[in-house]
Amino acid sequence: PLWCDKVLLRASRRVEIAYFSHSQITRLYSRFHSLDKGENGALSREDFQRIPELAINPLGDRIINAFFPEGEDQVNFRGFMRTLAHFRPVEDNEKSKGHDASEPLNSRNNKLLFAFRLYDLDRDDKISRDELLQVLRMMVGVNISDEQLGSIADRTIQEADTNGDMSISFSEFIKVLEKVDVEQKMSIRFLH
Amino acid sequence: MKLICSPLCLSGGIIAKEPVSLEQEIQEPRGGGGEFDMSDILYFCRRGVESIVDDEVTKRFTAEELESWNLLTRSNYNLHHISARLTVLWGLGVLIRYGFLLPLRVTLAVTGVGLLVVLTSIVGWLPNSRMKKYLSEKVNLMCYRICVRALTAIITYHDRYPKNGGICVANHTSPIDVLILASDGCYSMVGQAHGGLMGFIQKTLVKACPHIWFERSEVKDRHLVAKRLSDHVADKTKLPILIFPEGTCINNTSVMMFKKGSFEIDCTIYPVAIKYDPRFGNAFWNSSKFRMVTYLLHMMSSWAVVCSVWYLPPMKREEGEDAVQFANRVKSAIARKGGLVDLLWDGGLKRSKVKEVFKEEQQKLYSKGVGGNSCVW
Repeated sequence: PLWCDKVLLRASRRVEIAYFSHSQITRLYSRFHSLDKGENGALSREDFQRIPELAINPLGDRIINAFFPEGEDQVNFRGFMRTLAHFRPVEDNEKSKGHDASEPLNSRNNKLLFAFRLYDLDRDDKISRDELLQVLRMMVGVNISDEQLGSIADRTIQEADTNGDMSISFSEFIKVLEKVDVEQKMSIRFLH
Repeated sequence: MKLICSPLCLSGGIIAKEPVSLEQEIQEPRGGGGEFDMSDILYFCRRGVESIVDDEVTKRFTAEELESWNLLTRSNYNLHHISARLTVLWGLGVLIRYGFLLPLRVTLAVTGVGLLVVLTSIVGWLPNSRMKKYLSEKVNLMCYRICVRALTAIITYHDRYPKNGGICVANHTSPIDVLILASDGCYSMVGQAHGGLMGFIQKTLVKACPHIWFERSEVKDRHLVAKRLSDHVADKTKLPILIFPEGTCINNTSVMMFKKGSFEIDCTIYPVAIKYDPRFGNAFWNSSKFRMVTYLLHMMSSWAVVCSVWYLPPMKREEGEDAVQFANRVKSAIARKGGLVDLLWDGGLKRSKVKEVFKEEQQKLYSKGVGGNSCVW
């Protein structure tokens, strides 16, 4: 029953309380619960795929994947909130919020890392030509030929790669997007 | 009638979505031309996460969340003890609803259905004549009105238009919609032929009034369905047909895609908007969660069923308009009148997955901006 989950809720607040207010956490929990069709306190990939707007998103599967820790098939409410915390807007007075001295989840750097991981399919901290091609293919579907896509990938890597290893590392990625307003594009305005 | 508001009051959405389209965010800043940029991924990423937090579709298939509690346990999503006084009020409410209202209503309902079956059988024996039609209408109206009382339905009808055959379409929230409309006018109903008690009632009803019941196998055959509907509509002596083009129950906060079948037939459409007041009881039938009997029990143990019915002016398909466009036009009119959100999404998404073709449309749209047609490098 929903009221039992109050215990879970209280436990979750420890880390995530820095990012969300009390009422936001409650509403996110309500949302989590409504997605959890199996009612087992955790979401599976199928639970996410049931959202039509996400299912038609060309990068839907990559985004869903970002919620699941390495090798796991279930995400609990803490994990759910942790991932969502990346999308909190960056506020000026929040420069060093966080329980330890580490960077907050919604910093520019961590937002960029989130995006980097969407490209980095095998999680080896490098975007290879092959990975770039695969993600491009997800985004364009059947509308662009292999050759054209290949040349897009080659050009992108050429422009980004500074150390000549034919792949894009995280620091090279940061450089490529230095002029992009990542804070705005990767932020969602949570109400209340 | 705002009750003591729980501090966990859920009004409005969780997030504020910027209504920015793919074109606006990715293509226009590049002057309409296109080159892939690694930052393109950010748009899809944000949209994806926005839809995870709050999407337009999945919330239509569960009961609407109320701003303040209406003393029904089933409406309290965050069972949170607020005050002793509220609990006492709730307890009193339970006593009144289950001890007094429910038995009364069940008696009325049984009477209503019983009378319906008996009287329509009697009328059914009469030979086809004007007298039979007149009696049939009177009997139906009377019995449906008894059933409506059995639910303590307080219905406000707005703007009646005289109907000459044709098809009446309305948004669908629950099986009670049929009762609400049928107690104010005479319609031919369309539906699947059931077995058991429901099937028996259907067979009895059709003796007095020309309803259209389809066998399960016939439902799949769209041409057969269309033909039977057209034949019925062409016969001017027959009553208007009542159809719910959404095809499934939606939670009364929005109107979802209208199936084009009814709009392909050449006749006048009479749109009707039905809006329930959620404060007195939740009318939405969540068929995946509750069986029909449980649902009726909920209905009969709520405070009341309060709703408004708006009859809209008749509409006809215009020159050069195809069935889908016409269906959307009617849907928008109903949504506007009833104060509901007008969605293009298919109500069938309640049970089935979204079609791949919509994803392909998104990919196509994005490709245009990446030089899908002409090579820029």
